[in-house]
Amino acid sequence: MNELHHSGLTNAAMIACIVAAATIGDVMIASAMRQIGDLDDIKAHAGLLGAIKAVITNTRFFCGVAAMAVSFFSLLFALSHADLSLVAPASASLTVVTNTIAGKVFLKENVDRRRWLAALCVCFGVALLAR
Amino acid sequence: MTFRRYLVLAFVSVAAPLGDTFLDVGMKSIGPVSLTHITTLFHAVSTPWVLAGIVMLIGFFASYLTALSWADLTFVLPATSLGNVVVALLARFWRHEDISLSRWAGIFLITAAVGFVTQGPSYTEHEKPLPARDVEEVY
Repeated sequence: MNELHHSGLTNAAMIACIVAAATIGDVMIASAMRQIGDLDDIKAHAGLLGAIKAVITNTRFFCGVAAMAVSFFSLLFALSHADLSLVAPASASLTVVTNTIAGKVFLKENVDRRRWLAALCVCFGVALLAR
Repeated sequence: MTFRRYLVLAFVSVAAPLGDTFLDVGMKSIGPVSLTHITTLFHAVSTPWVLAGIVMLIGFFASYLTALSWADLTFVLPATSLGNVVVALLARFWRHEDISLSRWAGIFLITAAVGFVTQGPSYTEHEKPLPARDVEEVY
């Protein structure tokens, strides 16, 4: 049973849950922040409270936060079973890859060759981290 | 990109790994959580280390939101991957975990990826639809 907990498959499943929820959360939040606009400008015009109000009254932002909460509790669960030096970098780095794809598809960001190359480097980096 | 904006990105890089490490200390002191006692996760939130981790992660989240308001998601996330290096250092020297050579190589590769991305533009300008009068002038 103990061996099962620490098997590569279990670790992969826990990391996959963190990554999926984090990607949904990141895309929703990034989309919300794009909709709201530059927070520095809003703060300059409406003050800090105005900037906070602009963020917390956005529905898309709350959907993103809900997905991030799922990701957070998945992280807590994973940390109680696996090493921090595996879970934290692997989940964070895989999220970069899934976010690159999601950024291109859903947010229509200009993902040029440089950003794809970076995502590829992260992929190899994660493979090395998981060894 | 201004110096202040680079500082925001730097804070995102440091706050997230520190928060993760605090969470690790807290969760390791609680022990493995089984799926049949999943409510233990909610109890964990009230322990000092997990609470400190949450405070750090709130700081991370605030600066992360600020960064996303003036930069692309695909720019901010790799730029903050530098936090992986901080996590490795904290895991090695504070949590006394073994970091193999291949893990160090992985961390180096991720850091190199960050270098690629930060050399490029930070924000994608989306074309806004022209007002009807301007469209007539164009054609």
